[in-house]
Amino acid sequence: MPLIAIEGLHKRFGSNEVLKGIDLGIEAGEVVAIIGKSGSGKSTLLRCMNGLEAYQAGKITVEGTPVTQDETDLRHLRLRVGMIFQQFNLFPHLTAGRNVMLAPMIVKGTAEAEARTIAAKVLERVGLGQKFDAFPDQLSGGQQQRVAIARALAMEPRALLCDEITSALDPELVNEVLQVVKGLAQDGMTLAMVTHEMRFARDVCDRVIFMHLGKVHEIGPPSEVFSNPRTPELQQFLGQLH
Amino acid sequence: MMEFTLWDVVRNLLLAARWTIALSLTAFVLGGVVGLVVLFGRVSKSKRLRVAAMGYIELFQGTPLLMQLFLAFFGLSLLGLPTSPWFAAALALTLWTSAFLAEIWRGCVEAVPRGQWEASASLAMGYLQQMRYVILPQALRVTIAPTIGFSVQVIKGTALASIIGFTELSKASTIITNATFKPFTVYAVTALLYFALCWPLSAWSHRLERKLGAAHRH
Amino acid sequence: MAYQFDFVDVFKYTDVLAKGIAFTVTLIGVGGTLGIAVGIFGAWARGYSRMKWLDWTVGAYVELVRNTPFLIQLFFIFFGLPSLGVKLTELQAALIAMVFNLGAYSTEIIRAGIEAVPRGQLEAGASLAMSRLQVFKHVVLRPALQKIWPALTSQLVIVMFGSAVCSQIAVEELTFAANFIQSRNFRAFEVYFIATGLYLVLAILLRQGMRGLGNWLVFGRRSP
Repeated sequence: MPLIAIEGLHKRFGSNEVLKGIDLGIEAGEVVAIIGKSGSGKSTLLRCMNGLEAYQAGKITVEGTPVTQDETDLRHLRLRVGMIFQQFNLFPHLTAGRNVMLAPMIVKGTAEAEARTIAAKVLERVGLGQKFDAFPDQLSGGQQQRVAIARALAMEPRALLCDEITSALDPELVNEVLQVVKGLAQDGMTLAMVTHEMRFARDVCDRVIFMHLGKVHEIGPPSEVFSNPRTPELQQFLGQLH
Repeated sequence: MMEFTLWDVVRNLLLAARWTIALSLTAFVLGGVVGLVVLFGRVSKSKRLRVAAMGYIELFQGTPLLMQLFLAFFGLSLLGLPTSPWFAAALALTLWTSAFLAEIWRGCVEAVPRGQWEASASLAMGYLQQMRYVILPQALRVTIAPTIGFSVQVIKGTALASIIGFTELSKASTIITNATFKPFTVYAVTALLYFALCWPLSAWSHRLERKLGAAHRH
Repeated sequence: MAYQFDFVDVFKYTDVLAKGIAFTVTLIGVGGTLGIAVGIFGAWARGYSRMKWLDWTVGAYVELVRNTPFLIQLFFIFFGLPSLGVKLTELQAALIAMVFNLGAYSTEIIRAGIEAVPRGQLEAGASLAMSRLQVFKHVVLRPALQKIWPALTSQLVIVMFGSAVCSQIAVEELTFAANFIQSRNFRAFEVYFIATGLYLVLAILLRQGMRGLGNWLVFGRRSP
């Protein structure tokens, strides 16, 4: 049984059908890149996996438990699946350390001292051990995104969803974030990431999913998908990148 | 003792509400005229005029309306002017209204991009011409919603005129309460009458605001 | 004969004025604190509770308060409620009226601040498994208050000026003190002139106080 299993997923915004029947399984420890043009539904798919979007038909399960819009189910899901956003979304009124400590303390009831230890550890893991007391607006974009990763890690999730996490960054800051993600992949974290970083997808991911018009258009190991695209749509998509 | 029916209460309050409306209209219209003058001073090129207008606005926004009413009422008689609660109330509410309207309108005028002033100046327009033909027409659209919104404050403000003895809706409600010993009913009806006067204006202002906000987003 | 101003005659009543100031400060201190608390609850009820009836009730309360004069609200509470068996002292009635009034205005002000908090902040909170209430409390509230702190301050000043009408139910605040003094020395203009100046000073102090409170409570960058 895959860690995250998706069957026949349909999602509409009004009359606009964004996901037109998605079937996908992500195994524990797997690193999956989701690529495709904007509007192909890749971000929506990721957001459905974390319950940020409701869906109309189909089924998503995480470790066998279905993802619904029920508040209790959602919280249970989100304890196991973390999410990193394009715009970082750090809480501006809290320091980096407090950003990380908040959810363990109020959601899991972790004692403050222990939360602090956890925060120090995960900030160290993303290379920001010395930025514990910095506020978000005192950090570069790359540093903010690494804090956001640390914040998600502090909840000890089984899987992390990364929604274009380097797209809002200046080019010279992309690498420091990708290095952190690479480290997580090597440590065995389950990762599903929507990304435009094709080199990273090729080097780090186990599988690549190409989405087109709301469907999984091609799927396979990066060596196949990138070196041997079967459909003209993927050929065109990859061609445009070079 | 004479028995008051609910209809007697309502009828007498409705009669008094005419004076609330009259006072509101007077203060709003005259306050608008004075406010326009203050606005011209507030955004003029002369620093002295700007400071004077700012001081005027601060003075009326920075003190309680009730004090302004008292000062108008007692101050006028000191000046040897014939005074009445109506005149004092109309004067104080006009000045108070003018300060708030001037400040509201200033925000709208300043929302007109700087370039419009420069462009019109480069066409050799004078200050008044700039205001009349370029700035105010553009600011006008934005001013309508908050101006209508403020008219609600004016109507509510007229209630204070009762305290210097002007018989409008609030004063009438106290008089009728004293005659009927039905404070609950009388003040509830009074509140409803004020609500009936104010709420349509509030709703209108909100709708305009939303419409304008939506137009801006496109 | 020209009128001779005599301000000295007012200063004989310094103790009366001081007492009046103390009452006005009490009204705005207690009424302001509780009123903002009501506003926070109201904003939560309207934007976050997901209870239709509560949203609707708070909405009706806000419209009712914003479209009727404070004076009538005060009279209704002080004179009207006793006929329902609710007996209140002058000060209690005044405080309830202030909280009732400010609560409605601050509901709308705080709600605007909440709506200005970016959606991504809510999603980040949700993705960390926070409940809606936790997101409201820990993620939304402080940034929202930061945005609307100046507007809230202005509203408090307006409410303090409004508290002058509490003199009409014999709460011994500043305006009541002024009325009392002018009934003794018949120096109405001078008394109200001084009272107006005192309100001006109180407004400045209130703004200062709110700035300090804001820096401490909502803008404060407390390191852990």
